[in-house]
Amino acid sequence: MSILVLAEHHDGALAGATAHVVAAAKEIGGDIDVLVAGEGVSAIAEAAAKLDGVSRVRVADHAVYAHQLAEPMGALLAELAGDYSHVLAVGSTTGKNVLPRLAALKDVAQLSEIIAVESADTFKRPIYAGNAIATVQSDDALKVITVRATAFDAVGESGSAAIEAVKTVFDNAQSSFVGEQLAESDRPELGAAKVVVSGGRGMGSGENFKLLDGIADKLGAAIGASRAAVDAGFVPNDMQVGQTGKIVAPELYIAVGISGAIQHLAGMKDAKVIVAINKDEEAPIFQVADYGLVGDLFEVLPELESKL
Amino acid sequence: MKVLVAVKRVIDYNVKIRVKPDNSDVDLTNVKMAMNPFCEIAVEEAVRLKEAGVATEVVAVTVGPKAAQEQLRTALALGADRAVHVQTEAPVESLAAAKLLAKVVEEEQPQLTILGKQAIDSDNNQVGQMLAALTGRPQGTFASEIAVEGETLKVTREIDGGLQTVSLALPAIVTTDLRLNEPRYAKLPDIMKAKKKPLSVTTPEELGVAVASKVKLVKVEPPAERQGGIKVGSVDELVDKLKNEAKVIS
Ligand SMILES: Cc1cc2nc3c(=O)[nH]c(=O)nc-3n(C[C@H](O)[C@H](O)[C@H](O)COP(=O)(O)OP(=O)(O)OC[C@H]3O[C@@H](n4cnc5c(N)ncnc54)[C@H](O)[C@@H]3O)c2cc1C
Ligand SMILES: Nc1ncnc2c1ncn2[C@@H]1O[C@H](COP(=O)(O)O)[C@@H](O)[C@H]1O
Repeated sequence: MSILVLAEHHDGALAGATAHVVAAAKEIGGDIDVLVAGEGVSAIAEAAAKLDGVSRVRVADHAVYAHQLAEPMGALLAELAGDYSHVLAVGSTTGKNVLPRLAALKDVAQLSEIIAVESADTFKRPIYAGNAIATVQSDDALKVITVRATAFDAVGESGSAAIEAVKTVFDNAQSSFVGEQLAESDRPELGAAKVVVSGGRGMGSGENFKLLDGIADKLGAAIGASRAAVDAGFVPNDMQVGQTGKIVAPELYIAVGISGAIQHLAGMKDAKVIVAINKDEEAPIFQVADYGLVGDLFEVLPELESKL
Repeated sequence: MKVLVAVKRVIDYNVKIRVKPDNSDVDLTNVKMAMNPFCEIAVEEAVRLKEAGVATEVVAVTVGPKAAQEQLRTALALGADRAVHVQTEAPVESLAAAKLLAKVVEEEQPQLTILGKQAIDSDNNQVGQMLAALTGRPQGTFASEIAVEGETLKVTREIDGGLQTVSLALPAIVTTDLRLNEPRYAKLPDIMKAKKKPLSVTTPEELGVAVASKVKLVKVEPPAERQGGIKVGSVDELVDKLKNEAKVIS
């Protein structure tokens, strides 16, 4: 068996989630290569070469792969996939954009967001917003899989894999990058944070999200949100936690002014400890919370901040 | 320009599913079904393009059982002009759905095809990307804004880090994210009118696509239930529990 892991990277740095996908690859077993595709990615390739279990890092460094647009990335992966039994990527917006394209180009199925490896061809994945866990077995010679990073512990960084250039370049006349608006934050990344504090519609406004800042500062937490808070324009889309947003599995998740719809729970119910602060004692979030505090968030949050 | 919209019949998003006692699958008997929410957004966007004079015709398509015609009628009531039903009672995996949709794209030659980003039953998030690969068209996934500019389509995408804008050569494939628009509700007169709009039926056999499954569903289980916790009476008690019982803060 030989496995290709697509490296996730942003802003010139290897994303931590890649080490979790390599862990899933190790459970499958076999030789593990990592593909780093982008422009000016040599430092990322070096970081990837340190991941335990990786035997080779293949680097496609070219302007056409900058911004990792789906069309050239899909073509590149389809070209390389012939060498492998499995291609894995993070279940990120990049992985989800590219891997189904690869699967269709190779005429194979794609398995989305696996949370467990049962064997080299059998995996577990959540369906119906995590309200059921399916065990699925793929017959295809090539298995194309996205991995829920939070479900696997990261591998260490004491390796020293060989780094090799991939020269293949695919012209792309179909799509081009126009621009991006990326959220800037000094806080930890949502998917990797040990503590996450999230606000919902109950926060009332974007301004009021500042009430979460002091608490997040003290706990070194990332700040998340429910869909309702994003839709209302309180905070940007990249903060949405849930079935169709980010999946988090921190040590501690504090849900503030969030009712606990199944689509929200799908994104956070694997947190080790859940705290809910809500003024409605019937709110469904209390059914999953380890510690529930019924109260008005505008009173509770300042007090909590002062007592941490 | 012609716009094709793919809609899927799924469980209503408000319903909490149950797993069958024999763990063979999810139990969908007597469960309320509806159009996948992301497909509602896709239909809405197509209809808005028509209202804006950009689209000339909106065609809705579904792959699924006879009952999925309900969702096609909903799309027609919301403003689609006609519908295509690829009828099959067999379960259809993403790749097979994409192949069937690719046949419909080949036949209809839409400039723009809009799908949901994700079906809320399988949570796959695949068919749009697969359709793009199979038809050789560029893809704008997870769209929160689209604009037709001559021969190109500008798509703003919701990505993990924020928003990304790409420009695609038409014809193209788009998948919808939640913030693309807020779908309207169908009005009663439109529901009545939709019954008379054209709906053509075809089959995978007629389209020459095999829908045999490649992925075996070995079993389906309910997720590990969380133990219900406790209510604390004060912020002090909460802080104490987090420090001394859960030991998640210091
Ligand atoms: C296809 C689809 C996908 C979806 N994906 C997601 C997703 O990924 N993530 C997600 O979160 N949702 C998602 N949703 C939406 C989800 O169904 C809910 O609508 C949403 O999670 C509700 O957000 P909320 O809890 O903030 O708002 P509400 O349900 O309105 O709850 C607000 C809560 O705040 C409390 N509150 C109000 N004021 C105060 C106060 N002063 N002090 C304390 N408490 C207060 C209220 O008691 C209430 O419980 C999706 C829905 C669909 C259809
Ligand atoms: N059987 C189907 N019929 C029509 N469209 C579908 C079907 N399955 C998936 N789609 C489309 O593809 C989108 C994404 O679905 P999925 O990749 O299965 O999560 C859906 O929102 C639909 O627009």
